Amino acid sequence: MTPALTARNIAIVALLAGLLLMPVFAELAGNRFLLTLFTRIVILALAAVSLNLILGYGGMMSFGHAAYLGIGGYAVGMLAHEGVLSGFVQWPVALAGSALFALIIGALSLRTRGVYFIMITLAFAQMAYYIFAGLARYGGDDGLTIYKRSQFFNPINLSNKVQFYYICLALLFAAIYLVWRLVNSRFGMTIQGARSNDIRMRAIGFPTYRYKLVCFVIAGTMCGLSGALLANHTDFVSPQMMYWTRSGDLIIMVVLGGMGSPFGPLIGAVALLVLEEVLSGITEYWQIILGPLLLLVVLFARGGIDGLLVKLQGKERAKVRS
Amino acid sequence: MSEPMLQVENLAKRFGGIVATDDLVLNVEAGELHAVIGPNGAGKTTLIAQLSGQLSPDSGRVRFDGKDITALPMYRRSRLGLARSFQITSLFLDLSVLDNVALAVQAHAGHSFRFWRNARSEPDLREPARAALARVGLGERADGRASALSHGEHRQLELAMALAGSPRMLLLDEPMAGLGPEESARMVEMLRALKRELTILLVEHDMEAVFALADRITVLVYGRVIASGKPDDIRANADVRDAYLGEAETGAASHG
Amino acid sequence: MTLFIEQCLNGLQFGLLLFLLAAGLTLVFGIMDLVNLAHGSLYMIGAYFAATFAAWTGSFVLGAVLALGATLMVGMAVEVIAMRRLYGRDHLDHVLGTFGLILFFDESVRLIWGPEGLSLPLPSWLNRSVQILPGVNYSAYRLAIIVVTLTVAAFLYVLVMRTRIGMLIRAGASNREMVGALGVNIKLLYTLVFGLGAALAGLAGLMQAPILTVQIGMGENILILAFVITVIGGIGSIRGALVAAIFVGFIDTLGRAFFPDLLRMVLSPAAASTAAPALSSMMIYLLMAIVLVVKPEGLFSAGNK
Repeated sequence: MTPALTARNIAIVALLAGLLLMPVFAELAGNRFLLTLFTRIVILALAAVSLNLILGYGGMMSFGHAAYLGIGGYAVGMLAHEGVLSGFVQWPVALAGSALFALIIGALSLRTRGVYFIMITLAFAQMAYYIFAGLARYGGDDGLTIYKRSQFFNPINLSNKVQFYYICLALLFAAIYLVWRLVNSRFGMTIQGARSNDIRMRAIGFPTYRYKLVCFVIAGTMCGLSGALLANHTDFVSPQMMYWTRSGDLIIMVVLGGMGSPFGPLIGAVALLVLEEVLSGITEYWQIILGPLLLLVVLFARGGIDGLLVKLQGKERAKVRS
Repeated sequence: MSEPMLQVENLAKRFGGIVATDDLVLNVEAGELHAVIGPNGAGKTTLIAQLSGQLSPDSGRVRFDGKDITALPMYRRSRLGLARSFQITSLFLDLSVLDNVALAVQAHAGHSFRFWRNARSEPDLREPARAALARVGLGERADGRASALSHGEHRQLELAMALAGSPRMLLLDEPMAGLGPEESARMVEMLRALKRELTILLVEHDMEAVFALADRITVLVYGRVIASGKPDDIRANADVRDAYLGEAETGAASHG
Repeated sequence: MTLFIEQCLNGLQFGLLLFLLAAGLTLVFGIMDLVNLAHGSLYMIGAYFAATFAAWTGSFVLGAVLALGATLMVGMAVEVIAMRRLYGRDHLDHVLGTFGLILFFDESVRLIWGPEGLSLPLPSWLNRSVQILPGVNYSAYRLAIIVVTLTVAAFLYVLVMRTRIGMLIRAGASNREMVGALGVNIKLLYTLVFGLGAALAGLAGLMQAPILTVQIGMGENILILAFVITVIGGIGSIRGALVAAIFVGFIDTLGRAFFPDLLRMVLSPAAASTAAPALSSMMIYLLMAIVLVVKPEGLFSAGNK
């Protein structure tokens, strides 16, 4: 299949090209802040991509996804604080820590569904928040400064802003590709079937609980990576990284961009964070605009931006999520 | 003759004070189409739910092909070759018609912890799924979304999904419910073709269909078997007439 | 021993306060099938209103009454403007829409009252302690909270179990169409129920205001506790909310008060003081996890959803 020249594809290609060229543009414009902003966007987009795997494809409404950002971030921060600077130790610990947390939380919360699932994931993530806020050795509420970014072999140097940006971008693209492979595999079909009709899946012979749990753990692990990147980006970790409103932001990115669409979370992350930047330039009280805007999106534009782009194609053909 | 395909021994299920299944004994021989009929509230759907593993009985046993399956969960029974269709159509509406059936095929192809290869282009899944769709007359609609099908087509798809796992026995829960006369007739033809290859337990309200298709009929009233035998014997049975058939025939007539 | 009794009463008081929040949450969920994240915002608004009105009128009680009325009005306005449009949508829409409302409320409060918190001073007749047992003194204000919340709980019980409105509420929870068919103005009923939930949240907020500082975000932390209670108690069950709220109030308060000492018995003092804050804040979540393992649908689940 050759991709058609549709509005949606053009928009996505333009976005990807823009992201690839961003450091060049920032350099030419002499705007260092732009690069910092987009590094942050790319990192949070990675988290949103991981959330989309469970939320968009799996129908699991996790409201605790920011917990993995925190766990991944603290793995880097705490190890750095203890003098362990190697990324080859820090990052695997970040991934393993997130995976373990996702396994425990998932095993418990996937026993329930619907609203219970939302509340439980939210509550456990908040528990993680309080745990880290209680760690006096690592700064407690105030957080922990990271004096040295994760060390890898030469010539990889995360302190080089342009290099770091491209590393994040590469990891984001890899994650999008991974999720795309995953959701179209047998495993992914199982997950999508469970989203669509869990009872029926069990009736035709799928023990859906274990598939959903594995999916939940994969998403958590991926988000842990995003946390490790975020810690390196801000040179700082604090419980605020995993406050529940951050989980809300991630959900907004996924829904705003388009749930269950491969590039949706990326589009949503760019849209939300750029919008925040623009609004906060207009007024100090920008959330007073963002809040109702969000409500309007929910009420009138459920397919998100990706959904609008698909509509723009003019073809209202029954689109199967792919 | 060998052992029956499905043996139900002294099955009982209560919901609070209501007896839904009462010391029920039922044998379905391999290769037959066995219909279960009874007035509303006779416990037919509860019976199917217990046979498929959706509900667990309070006491009694269910054997499938000689194996005790009473304690097995739904998915294990389905893997043994006991497939079930649903009364209330329960499909994957936001997936394609073919995806629906391919999932049913996949369910029988061992575990699904395969993360990389594109399942939508695996011939092992797609070809049997297309074959099952063709069998029920939905071959043309394979690539549409399941939500776009008509009610009758949903029933056909339902049947295709049950067939997809190449089951040895089908539990069909009112496949004619809500179908127009034409669609019903088509469904009867389809079942007639299927019963040559499969053992079928059919729960159905449509008496015309039941008497046209069944090799044997069991009549259930308040969860209890009041008669079981060949269609002609059932028609002639005085108890069945008293308890049920008279009423059901007028009911069926009013349905058209 | 005195400390223990005092902490027990604190636990009871906090638990009852949480009940007010959880009851509103579970009522709105049980009847309208709506997940309202902005419930905590109404708690916050109740506290801000009380602080403001008490300052204007110079009377704590009058301020509280006015604040209660004002929160009720805000709640009903929110229902009419926004919530109404969310009924019948899926839960993700509820979560996002009401999350948007939180942003709006937090920012509005910052715009109106500024980023600094307010305080609500107690009148002298409440700002003292009374002897409840020989040799045991306890804050009169906290006692008053216990009395007020118990009264409200009794009122809710009578309302839901004994009145016509309560019957409609219970019927609405199980059968929406039937209530509609009875010719009841279901829109009005929903507005009233939502307003009631808002007023309960506002009451909790204004009563908590003199104990804590009135500040932005105060509703969000306590909302999570209300969720935990709802999960433990079973969604839609007022009785479950009461039992679970008292449980959580006790465990949270006593855990924070005594757990560090207990830990010091098994760990070195340094290790204990490091681990205690983190561990004691985990306890209610552990309770929730245990309930989930044993009874995933909650202790007093009203329906099986």
